[in-house]
Amino acid sequence: MSMRNIISAKVQNMQPSGIRAFFDLVLGMKEVISLGVGEPDFVTPWQIREAGIYSLEEGFTSYTSNKGLYKLRLSISHYLKNRHGLEYSPEDEILITVGVSEAFDLVLRSIIEPQDKILIPSPNYVSYGALTELAGGEPVYIDTKKDSFKLTPKALEKHIDKKTKALILNYPTNPTGVSYTRRELSELNKVVLKHKLLCVSDEIYEDLTYDFAHTPFSSLPGARENTVYLNGFSKSYAMTGWRVGYACGPKEIISAMTKIHQYTIMCVSITSQMAACEALAGGRASVEEMKREYKRRREFMIGGLNKLGLECANPQGAFYAFASVKKTGFDSLEFAKRLLKEQKVAVVPGTAFGGSYKDYVRISYASSFDNLKEALNRIAVFLKRGR
Amino acid sequence: MDEILEILEKDARATADDIARMLKKKTQNVKDTIKKYEKEGVILRYKTVINRELVKNTKSEVRALIEVNIMPQKDVGFDKVAERIYSFPEVTSCYLISGTYDLLLIVEGKDLHTVSRFVAEKLSPLENVRGTSTHFLLKKYKEDGVILRHKEENKRVAISY
Repeated sequence: MSMRNIISAKVQNMQPSGIRAFFDLVLGMKEVISLGVGEPDFVTPWQIREAGIYSLEEGFTSYTSNKGLYKLRLSISHYLKNRHGLEYSPEDEILITVGVSEAFDLVLRSIIEPQDKILIPSPNYVSYGALTELAGGEPVYIDTKKDSFKLTPKALEKHIDKKTKALILNYPTNPTGVSYTRRELSELNKVVLKHKLLCVSDEIYEDLTYDFAHTPFSSLPGARENTVYLNGFSKSYAMTGWRVGYACGPKEIISAMTKIHQYTIMCVSITSQMAACEALAGGRASVEEMKREYKRRREFMIGGLNKLGLECANPQGAFYAFASVKKTGFDSLEFAKRLLKEQKVAVVPGTAFGGSYKDYVRISYASSFDNLKEALNRIAVFLKRGR
Repeated sequence: MDEILEILEKDARATADDIARMLKKKTQNVKDTIKKYEKEGVILRYKTVINRELVKNTKSEVRALIEVNIMPQKDVGFDKVAERIYSFPEVTSCYLISGTYDLLLIVEGKDLHTVSRFVAEKLSPLENVRGTSTHFLLKKYKEDGVILRHKEENKRVAISY
């Protein structure tokens, strides 16, 4: 048997290879200004790092309960109550996961029966489709391009059939940065309720919402019982490498997810969980400070890109701009490759977030102001030279 | 604090145009506001943070923290004595503090001898100075919120989702 046949067809078909080759190209180059990064450029605030170090000094090196440290679950429960008025019991409605990524895998594996359909508004974060397929489900993408990259109740309704099991939401959205107001979410919720769908809501960027207050989907009337609320520490507290996320939802779903979690992961690293406790206890000031900084960069970057003719949907959150490169005459991968080779600026081709986004690139403004300024200059030079 | 000040405090090189773009304001408005701050003395001056240890061909300077006990004067309290002291160019910072001592000075000189002489010949003989305690600085780790070491290396991977 050749090696090729060892790998399952499911896995062989994952991820477009053109993108991977481009990523390798970026990683192999030096002195690149990268606007292709999906994580904060801040280092985890010191008090949080210090709590991690202290926990090691004190000898906290064991497993924790499968669901995660009770202290952390309790802190999350209190935090959600205070901030959003959400009620989740630390006993059986909260699960600590290895980032939102793991939580996603767990939800999908917990709910999907063969051929179940999962609705994914797109462009979308890369893992949703792949994880749905791995779990044996069928991803159904809802293109939001025509509606300024926002899912509308009408588009949602149109894609629902008898096999539809769940809707994945992610707002503020990676890669577009768009988010939804409470009213927009309420309209979507009506459709979700009408068709008895489960809503899996990835709200990892919620603290980086700039123009209005963030509304968790599960806080909408009647939504709590059919929503799994996913969040974590990576983006708000600049803790990507610690890998701590959490899932909140009805007992039945959390308990199913915990079953898989206990066999695959056991529990999240205790050091990371201890640090996460400190993030909730005393890290809010840092969140606000970082958010103000991101907001300024957003204005600077969006203004700059639009001026250069790379139009982008107005991002209300996260730290991304999804810019159109249509006017340049290049498709997204070609644009990204050339920009990298000629001007050493890295962006992510839009096709990474859905096959049909050949006219877009994702530009991350999680980079220092000096970098952003220099990157805009280089992009301007690149555009002037043309082909 | 006004965001314009917040930005300038971090990076004095930020131009009015940059700031206007960050805050979605008109460049002229930002310029006017900065002018106003300069006029009112809110913005005193713009300076650069230099890590002197890395500057080649310069003799290192000696710095000392000096605690000073002074006798307050009628009507003007500590202010008049403080003024006499902080007017010396050797004094780079001067604070009135609570506790055992009254003033805390940061004094700079080209060598140990210069600073000692300043204390012995200028500071101590002042009529209202009752006593001093001098601490020479050995190493600077952090100053005005800036950690003094080589530039941080980038630890993020260059591209990720």
